[in-house]
Amino acid sequence: MIDAALLRQCVHCGLCLDACPTYLQLGTEMDSPRGRIHLVGAVSEGSLPLSADVVRHLDLCLGCRACETACPSGVEYGRILEAGRAAVETQWRRPLGDRLRRRLLIELFPHPRRLRAVAGLVRLLQALGLWRIVTALIPSARLMPEVQPTSALRSTAADGVAVMRVALLEGCVSGVLQGGVNSAAQRVLNRCGAAVDIPADQTCCGALHLHAGDLEGARRLARTNVDAFSSGAVPDAVVVTAAGCGAAMREYGALLRDDPRYAERAAALAARVRDATEVADELLDRCPPLGARAQRVTYHDACHLAHAQGVRQPPRRLLAALPGLELIELAESDLCCGSAGSYNLTEPDMAAALGRRKVDNIIATGVDSVAVANPGCALQIAAELRRRGSAVRVAHPLELLDEAMRGGEGT
Amino acid sequence: MGGNLYANPADCNCAPPCRAVIGERRLRPVSSPRVSPELIDELRAIVGAAAVVADEASTRVYECDGFTLARSAPDVVVLPGSRDEMVAVVRKVAASGLCFVPRGAGTGLSGGCLPLDAPVMIGTSRMRAIRSVDFENRRVVAEAGVVNLHVTRAAAAHGLFYAPDPSSQSACTIGGNVAENSGGPHTLKYGVTTNHVLGLELVLPDGEVVELGGEVDDVPGYDLRGLAIGAEGTFGIVTAATLRLVRTPQAVRTLLGMFRDVDDACRAVSAIIAAGILPAALELMDRMIVEAVEAAYGFGFPPDAGAVLIVELDGLEVGLGEQVDAVRAICQTARASEVRVARDEAERAALWKSRKRAFGAVGRLAPNYCTQDGVVPRGSVPEILRRIAAAAERYRLRIANVFHAGDGNIHPIMLFDERDADEVSRVLAAGKEILEACVELGGSVTGEHGIGVEKIEQMPLLFSPVDLRVMSELRLVFDAQRRCNPGKIFPTPGACVETVKVGMPRRQVPL
Repeated sequence: MIDAALLRQCVHCGLCLDACPTYLQLGTEMDSPRGRIHLVGAVSEGSLPLSADVVRHLDLCLGCRACETACPSGVEYGRILEAGRAAVETQWRRPLGDRLRRRLLIELFPHPRRLRAVAGLVRLLQALGLWRIVTALIPSARLMPEVQPTSALRSTAADGVAVMRVALLEGCVSGVLQGGVNSAAQRVLNRCGAAVDIPADQTCCGALHLHAGDLEGARRLARTNVDAFSSGAVPDAVVVTAAGCGAAMREYGALLRDDPRYAERAAALAARVRDATEVADELLDRCPPLGARAQRVTYHDACHLAHAQGVRQPPRRLLAALPGLELIELAESDLCCGSAGSYNLTEPDMAAALGRRKVDNIIATGVDSVAVANPGCALQIAAELRRRGSAVRVAHPLELLDEAMRGGEGT
Repeated sequence: MGGNLYANPADCNCAPPCRAVIGERRLRPVSSPRVSPELIDELRAIVGAAAVVADEASTRVYECDGFTLARSAPDVVVLPGSRDEMVAVVRKVAASGLCFVPRGAGTGLSGGCLPLDAPVMIGTSRMRAIRSVDFENRRVVAEAGVVNLHVTRAAAAHGLFYAPDPSSQSACTIGGNVAENSGGPHTLKYGVTTNHVLGLELVLPDGEVVELGGEVDDVPGYDLRGLAIGAEGTFGIVTAATLRLVRTPQAVRTLLGMFRDVDDACRAVSAIIAAGILPAALELMDRMIVEAVEAAYGFGFPPDAGAVLIVELDGLEVGLGEQVDAVRAICQTARASEVRVARDEAERAALWKSRKRAFGAVGRLAPNYCTQDGVVPRGSVPEILRRIAAAAERYRLRIANVFHAGDGNIHPIMLFDERDADEVSRVLAAGKEILEACVELGGSVTGEHGIGVEKIEQMPLLFSPVDLRVMSELRLVFDAQRRCNPGKIFPTPGACVETVKVGMPRRQVPL
């Protein structure tokens, strides 16, 4: 069921164990990367039947890929996991409730229009003070922040001479629930000399489908995006403000490898995908003067930025460049916060435990703000901070940069 | 016991032998006693349901450690979270008469935690507390499941570190380090685990807790602490250790010598020691390893380096520069093509990452590897390397070498593909031959990985029957019924390991 060469990369050394959030929490080998690879291998070779237990341990994986950072053998764990999950989806029948919940997520999140409708409803309930009833009935709903109305983004020209032309992925959750992040990114990029296009026909990146083992669904969305981002002039970069989406788009080449009509364009698009913090870091020298606002900030490494895309220093450099900002390193900064795409909705217990661990570390730094470059992490961390009544603010690094450019008058 | 080397295996209510298979994938035990559902329920009552692993899928992942040639899954894995839970679990298992095997992080390389004749596995992965720190007296009490590197992390802010640094230190745990008496690249100057453990808390196989050693050096009476370290879990389960911390050296310089071949590099090693210099580490990597490591980490080793020597000097800032110059001159005399000094801490860290993760990096060269762990007198290193190369040629294998050159601890890494039964059997044969050569040259069959199941066959090469008898009888003081980690270290007539022989039907090889 799975390319045996992928599995054979693992030599069973165990150096991934201490990097794995679920192993750190549970101490059980089958909830470690090495254990999961062992399970997938055993099922794949036919010496172990696919069972509810196997599915359970694959489900519990956050897909954070911290193990890939730790692995000396270059095991592509993310691909093994995706293949394992794809096999589960095709060969295993989940209980009804489980199936419905998963279907709901897939039918809701990757669809900005549906998500916007739900967000509108939530906003109404929040305004009427009825949202508390919902959160009492559905604990996961506590993740929902106070929803602000958002307007659609439009393409904008660079301030002054354009040195770069980029296309921005709006994203689903980030577009609807954190629209401010995209707007801030767009302003920052414009000010630093980048023209920002918003391709009209773009869609969800497909990350949620990929994580859920729905490879066909992911391919369908990827093709739409390849068309949307490859029509007209080729942008210098495809900019993404959500780490999870960026990581998924960088995989387009591998995802559509066997599709003769798309393989080449998909690989070309994947090669141009950049996180917004990378591009801003590159253009920072061209930035207008920055305003000062004294604050202490720490930075949380989103898994899909640090582990999946290997982007660690650009956001830190950006933050350190802001006048008046003191950057304090976060303990276990690259340990997953438990959000992991839709994981906090499918595995609330583990997600909550990791959220508490993350926020313990954040509070211990004594900061005013925590900078987070992924919407899922931001929602998860903000919800846990809210629960504790903490005043620590959650912001995207580019929101902080945008505020500094506007003279530090930010929120 | 008397003069009989082999106590009656029937003392123990486990264990018809032949449960594990070397060179072939798992063979489920057929006739050995199984864990009853009642026992599983009782264990759950002690540690909680989440800490008892009993389903087929989950126990499967415990079938081997870093030594993957032998596999055998336990019936149940129990993960106590505290000493009291551990005591209760061990008592319960003792009352059932079953054998058990302790397991740390499962990073061992000799199959030390393979559940050979033991249906119950007891893991320490949930015992991760550092119970106390005493920086003034430079000691720390760590539970068995604390990761080696976490001890140093806890002490670093106080200018202290825990010296034994096995390559797996970012994952392996203190309990496993104690069981295997682990070393590491810095063994040359700082010694191995036993030199850094003051005291041990050991749960005996009947559930009694004994304190070995103490909080200070030179506790009167027998050095039972020393006995238990390296006992490979045959005395019971260590639940905590009082560890010695060492002052972080004021200054460190790391040199990198590139040589045309390993012979030249070995000459440099001998000359450095002969000059009266004691480096903190003296490590050698051959061409194949350098290539794999370069592919994995891109450190910047020259592509044509036939051997790379890492020399780390540490101590007071004053005088270190002279030592660096001396080592550089020695390397140049030994025809080094280039000698570099790590520019800063970041470059030094990158270099050590390359070295310490070298084992994993060979995963890029072949699907499987088997690391041997032999020792020869330092002067015989070039000779053993020649014999390894000869064995590689004769058995048509690729063998890479990365090792602690300073103390003659060699680590030939044999590459293979486990799906190729013929190649597997050649690996086993070559490994055996290399270890025999080590003994012949006046060395030993293991430097730091332990005997486990891997080298059990070679024990009689190293020890006389009387030596083995004394060791075997000593074990009975702690574990009279041989219920804790049975089938390890000592060759017993009952135990057997099945191997796949070239061109022959599988046969049993009595040990």
